[in-house]
Amino acid sequence: MKEALLLQLELDRLNADYAAALDERRFDDWPGFFLEDGHYIVQGRENFDRGLPLALIALESRGMMKDRVYGITQTIFHRPYYTRHVVGAARVLPSQEGDEPGLVRAQANYAVFRTRPGDASEVYNVGRYIDEIVRTDEGLKFRSRRCVYDSEMVLNSLIYPI
Amino acid sequence: MNAPEPLSRWAQPGSSRVPFWAYTDPGLYQRELERIFYGPHWCYVGLEVEIPRTGDYKLSWVGERQVIMVRDRVAPRDRGTDHGIRVVENRCAHRGVRFCQQPHGNARSFVCPYHQWTYKLDGDLAGLPFKDGVKAVAEDGSPCVQGGMPADFDMKAHGLTKLRVEVLHGLVFATFSEAAEPLRDYLGPDVMPWLDRIFQGRQLALLGYNRQRIPGNWKLMMENIKDPYHPGLLHTWFVTFGLWRADQKSRMVMDKHGRHAVMISRRNDGGENKVVTEGVTSFKANMVLNDDRLLDVVPEPWWKVADPANPGTEIMPTVTMITLFPSVIVQQQVNSLSTRHIVPRGEGGFDFVWTHFGFADDTPEMTRRRLRQANLFGPAGFVSADDGEVIEFSQDGFRQWGEEGQTICELGGTGTGGTEHMVTETLIRSMYAYWRKVMDA
Repeated sequence: MKEALLLQLELDRLNADYAAALDERRFDDWPGFFLEDGHYIVQGRENFDRGLPLALIALESRGMMKDRVYGITQTIFHRPYYTRHVVGAARVLPSQEGDEPGLVRAQANYAVFRTRPGDASEVYNVGRYIDEIVRTDEGLKFRSRRCVYDSEMVLNSLIYPI
Repeated sequence: MNAPEPLSRWAQPGSSRVPFWAYTDPGLYQRELERIFYGPHWCYVGLEVEIPRTGDYKLSWVGERQVIMVRDRVAPRDRGTDHGIRVVENRCAHRGVRFCQQPHGNARSFVCPYHQWTYKLDGDLAGLPFKDGVKAVAEDGSPCVQGGMPADFDMKAHGLTKLRVEVLHGLVFATFSEAAEPLRDYLGPDVMPWLDRIFQGRQLALLGYNRQRIPGNWKLMMENIKDPYHPGLLHTWFVTFGLWRADQKSRMVMDKHGRHAVMISRRNDGGENKVVTEGVTSFKANMVLNDDRLLDVVPEPWWKVADPANPGTEIMPTVTMITLFPSVIVQQQVNSLSTRHIVPRGEGGFDFVWTHFGFADDTPEMTRRRLRQANLFGPAGFVSADDGEVIEFSQDGFRQWGEEGQTICELGGTGTGGTEHMVTETLIRSMYAYWRKVMDA
């Protein structure tokens, strides 16, 4: 019981740190939440539910994440905005057959609000994180973070990571 | 709603200056729906591969009207001549209810939940409760019938609105209009070879959808993909990695009306070429990818075709961007293939639905490659995310100015017609020349 509570606390702290890095625009820190060959996927719920592979963003390494960071900070032209992530409590899920020892499967609901200069805040992207997490010498890292969003329409564009 | 303003407001000859009110006038937008989306034009509704089995359906749109694309039963003897794809309006003939609420599914028939009017998959009215009234016993004890539809109620005349449907290489188009010419004639012999090149004889495989809501007039998206001027300027990835820029061999093709177009080009190695990169702030000379699998381009055999414009020679584009007026863009950009469906939502906005696909015989590696390259496109794409953004800024600019505001589309002159380069806005001028004709008639 004590161990389970401790893990829950660790996951919530990981999610809080992750959200803070994005909301504080420390984008260079973002790939560091993942393993070197970690995956980051943002995918519409309809594709996820129907087993269709297409995602909005699908990155397969820290390298690709660094390229995304370069894109969002240097190359993609867009109206500036702030994000505010509100992440619910993590749920630890049972492991699945074939999982490596120590792999943690977890989920958490999220809501991301967008605020653009001169505008009211709006609900931007709502969904859940579906995570595979491993313990390393540098703490917990995502082997995979899949953001499955309920929002049926992206409000024009989605630039920063969720 | 304001009455539509006559187009005599458009005083200037030609189509190289587009008035801002063409994007902002709500009355004019209503006229566009009637004359363009519900008039004699073919609108894209989906891919055949999205509804593979009998009874499979999906909701789609023609203009602001929601329609159902469904695969009907076809008798064996008709299978050679009937593709079985029907498109019917999602509006009950009884009380106007938009009865189908599941975005996709499988149905034996369509039943409106309100009064259970029931339709066959082809839209025919199959039955309705109490049509012949309810048997009862009158006060004097004799049998009688209460209510029911009038004796002359014609079931055949009260089905769902059936659209005309044509299927071209697995692409499904529909129109409300009896006057629309056959689809292949509508697309025309100049555009058809470029659709044949991608689709002819191939079975598609559905990869999935991305959807975005863009706060700008729908025509701005057609323009964006008829505008070869911006990609090498707005899009760092295109100019830096040579995916689309002014020093490439390119061709601008249009149909005889100027409404559809194909932008054809062949990528080069990118890098510095002062003629097209000097002073271009989006060009990043030192940009290298940390993980270049995002640009793991592998040429496919079908890219090379006989050049329709130069008999006896071959052409091998790496990109063809096909605008089929008024509702769809078909994209081949290296290994990434998609349709982009324009669904207008008032004069100041539209939904943009991306359907990515590959081919049924793709290797797993090719499928993965198409999915990786999808990171360049769509609402979060390295390239396309900023297209939606600039469209929003355009609409904002139009809205804040008055009657005399107009855009300038004079790169390469003021005329219309195809070119063998991309330093031109001819395709935009051609579309507005056609648009003026349709809207002024």
